[in-house]
Amino acid sequence: MANLTTTFIGIKSPNPFWLASAPPTDKKYNVERAFEAGWGGVVWKTLGSEGPPVVNVSGPRYGAIWGADRRLLGLNNIELITDRPLQVNLDEIKEVKRKWRDRALVISLMVPCDEDSWKDILHRIEDTEADGVELNFGCPHGMAERGMGSAVGQVPEYIEMVTRWVKKHSRMPCIVKLTPNISNIRKPAEAAKRGGADAVSLINTINSITSVNLDTFSPEPMIDGKGTHGGYCGPAVKPIALNMVAEIARGRDTQGLPISGIGGVTTWRDAAEFMALGAGNVQVCTAAMTYGFKIVQEMISGLSEYMDEKGFTSTAELVGRAVPNVTDWQFLNLNYVTKAHISQDDCIKCGRCYAACEDTSHQAIAMSDERTFTVKDDECVACNLCVNVCPVENCITMVELPKGALDERTQRKVGDYANWTTHPNNPSVTAAE
Amino acid sequence: MSNSPLTPGVVAHRLAPHVYHDNFTDVQPPLDRHEARVAADRCYFCHDAPCMTACPTSIDIPLFIRQIATGTPDAAAKTIFAQNILGGMCARVCPTEQLCEEACVRETAEGKPVEIGRLQRFATDTLMAKGVHPFTRAAATGKSVAVVGAGPAGLAAAHRLAMKGHDVVIYDARPKPGGLNEFGIATYKAPDGFAQAEVDWLLKIGGITVKNGVALGRDVSLADLKATHDAVFLGMGLAGVNALRAAGEDLAGVRNAVDFIADLRQAVDKSSLPVGRDVVVIGGGMTAVDAAVQSKLLGAQNVTIVYRREQGKMSASGYEQDHATSAGVRIVTNAAPVAVHGDGAVAEVEFAYTEDGPDGLKTTGQTFRLKADQLLKAIGQTLTGAPEGLTVTGGKIATTGAGRTSVAGIWAGGDCASGGEDLTVTAVAQGRDAAEDIHASLMGVSG
Repeated sequence: MANLTTTFIGIKSPNPFWLASAPPTDKKYNVERAFEAGWGGVVWKTLGSEGPPVVNVSGPRYGAIWGADRRLLGLNNIELITDRPLQVNLDEIKEVKRKWRDRALVISLMVPCDEDSWKDILHRIEDTEADGVELNFGCPHGMAERGMGSAVGQVPEYIEMVTRWVKKHSRMPCIVKLTPNISNIRKPAEAAKRGGADAVSLINTINSITSVNLDTFSPEPMIDGKGTHGGYCGPAVKPIALNMVAEIARGRDTQGLPISGIGGVTTWRDAAEFMALGAGNVQVCTAAMTYGFKIVQEMISGLSEYMDEKGFTSTAELVGRAVPNVTDWQFLNLNYVTKAHISQDDCIKCGRCYAACEDTSHQAIAMSDERTFTVKDDECVACNLCVNVCPVENCITMVELPKGALDERTQRKVGDYANWTTHPNNPSVTAAE
Repeated sequence: MSNSPLTPGVVAHRLAPHVYHDNFTDVQPPLDRHEARVAADRCYFCHDAPCMTACPTSIDIPLFIRQIATGTPDAAAKTIFAQNILGGMCARVCPTEQLCEEACVRETAEGKPVEIGRLQRFATDTLMAKGVHPFTRAAATGKSVAVVGAGPAGLAAAHRLAMKGHDVVIYDARPKPGGLNEFGIATYKAPDGFAQAEVDWLLKIGGITVKNGVALGRDVSLADLKATHDAVFLGMGLAGVNALRAAGEDLAGVRNAVDFIADLRQAVDKSSLPVGRDVVVIGGGMTAVDAAVQSKLLGAQNVTIVYRREQGKMSASGYEQDHATSAGVRIVTNAAPVAVHGDGAVAEVEFAYTEDGPDGLKTTGQTFRLKADQLLKAIGQTLTGAPEGLTVTGGKIATTGAGRTSVAGIWAGGDCASGGEDLTVTAVAQGRDAAEDIHASLMGVSG
């Protein structure tokens, strides 16, 4: 079994699976249960400044969307940062850290955007012996209206300023948690890096309304007939998160900045994908909220087995392995030609490929009277839609045409690698003189 | 419980009273809302779906299942009823394993088809439970059509004709409407008076008068009907029963399975029904299975189905055969009845083993006897009392096109007519299509 011990910005944990700052890490009781279940670390639910406790709604805090059999696909929440007294949290953090020395324990923070507030909170947490801090610049609901959370995370200058304060007033490793509710994720990451952040973590939740009640016409989750945008998370957000992680991992000014990957991690495979795209570890929330802490056991066994298969002896060998393969559209090989191929042995004759191609794509699949479906190579543009809608895995595959073979659609032979930057139709191409 | 399964003879009260209720309740419980949505989600929404092609009434199955999956079972029911007004009963009695579910691509993929029958029942039950009838009649045409037989074919024809604005009178020989739905299928397939409830619901369309206890040829003639109506649809089924043609057939304890089943369906208190200790059922179809299984459920100790050909030739589906054997019924094949023995009442049935060769079925000369105090004959029904003047071929009223008989102005469908299998769903399709043809003919529309 592969050794999953991970060191992330100097913080060691027995595995790369941390619980994200969220309801599951609200207090000692939950965190100890998580550690007992095997989680490598936690980011303690966000602490705020000393003062009157935060007030949460007393109606539903979560909304959801479901797939078949009520499988939870996406969750949204309007819960605020911790509503427990600061000192209670600090005492519990210290107690837990002393008891669980081998686990990572990072404290999430969110205080008003002035230097004194940050100096004060950093001073208060110094004594807890926690491993690091995570700056919550991500929460899109409630606190943002008060100038915190994503209100900071959406302004790179604020991120840089606050990060600088934190590094000035604390020796703890500092992770900046980014909001995805922004048009270019590299900007806040660059700002964090300029401010001296040791790492970024992303994504925080996405502004969302999960559904609308068509009887009461209120958004869900509904509080007394009204609703507000909450933070969306869970399996549904994973593709968005993967792209944002990759953008930072390959960005000219951000590459090399450690990343803690967050966003819909539900299985070992999700975690491995985040890590391959450059995340040094992952943080999980919705999967634990859906199934309980025990899921980490599948994540541990799955990642170990995968690493053994690949011959990886440390998670560091996996981290970033897919980053060089993420590129811009303009560099994609326009001479890479594939054609869909339908395996008649595997085909169950549902005709979904035909309907999809005939109605919405390129009319490149023929259907016989006996319901035999075949690809017309002279029409197939290799869009992959038939593969995506086919209910039988590997029944339809994309077969690469070898170099020199004739593409029946274009009547051209497959040539060497060539991309848009040199394509004759590209008006920006300047002929080599 | 005055008797037990071991009590000799044909007696009632073999089981404890509460057992009868359990035995004759729904053979397959309905899906609840969540189960239906999970089951519906398995549908792939196939293009030009094979299930739809396999359905004799061509119900748009992918569409109605998608309507269930999206939380609109009433819309699903309307999709079903638009093609098959007896979709509620068909959901219960259709041999789906030989029709839509056999064609389902998930049957090909995994051997587990989408549960189309149960989903259809979920949708139709949901709408029917509201007492809503989803169709309205077109403007009155002033035309009148006679329908003979209030079974599936007659009801489907009558409903479609009424919908088109014609006035319909159904003449039915039995005391209650429903035909085989009411008298001919196993109790556990449609418990709680479903057949009558369905007829009542169907008649809400209006414009249909049902005259029960009126038999064609006995109480009314085809000439009368032709004289008083603009068109006639014959859907009177097969009232006759084939004979064994074996010695001793007239002994006490020997019955037609269809009568046994009809008695069962009409009995309020199943415990009062007498059944043999050793029951032998002769036949290989659905009637044989229904009679055998219900004999077992009434408390018979030993029930044996004997079929003269090999098992693969039984017209009862594999699913039905499994249902029988799991109920404790033994199936003996390749054995033909030779004689019924007994002193006044049946005591034994003698069979000869058979071989099915290129020259047809032959007995081998070897015989055996089965102990029996009750013998149920389920070897097929026959057309009786077909009106004079109609061409009859192969024991059925000959039809062409959408149920046109050899006489102009007279249509026929269902079991009494040629074409298609003797299934409820086939009868519905034939009744519906004949109604469309009658409408076109009466209104002078080509078609």
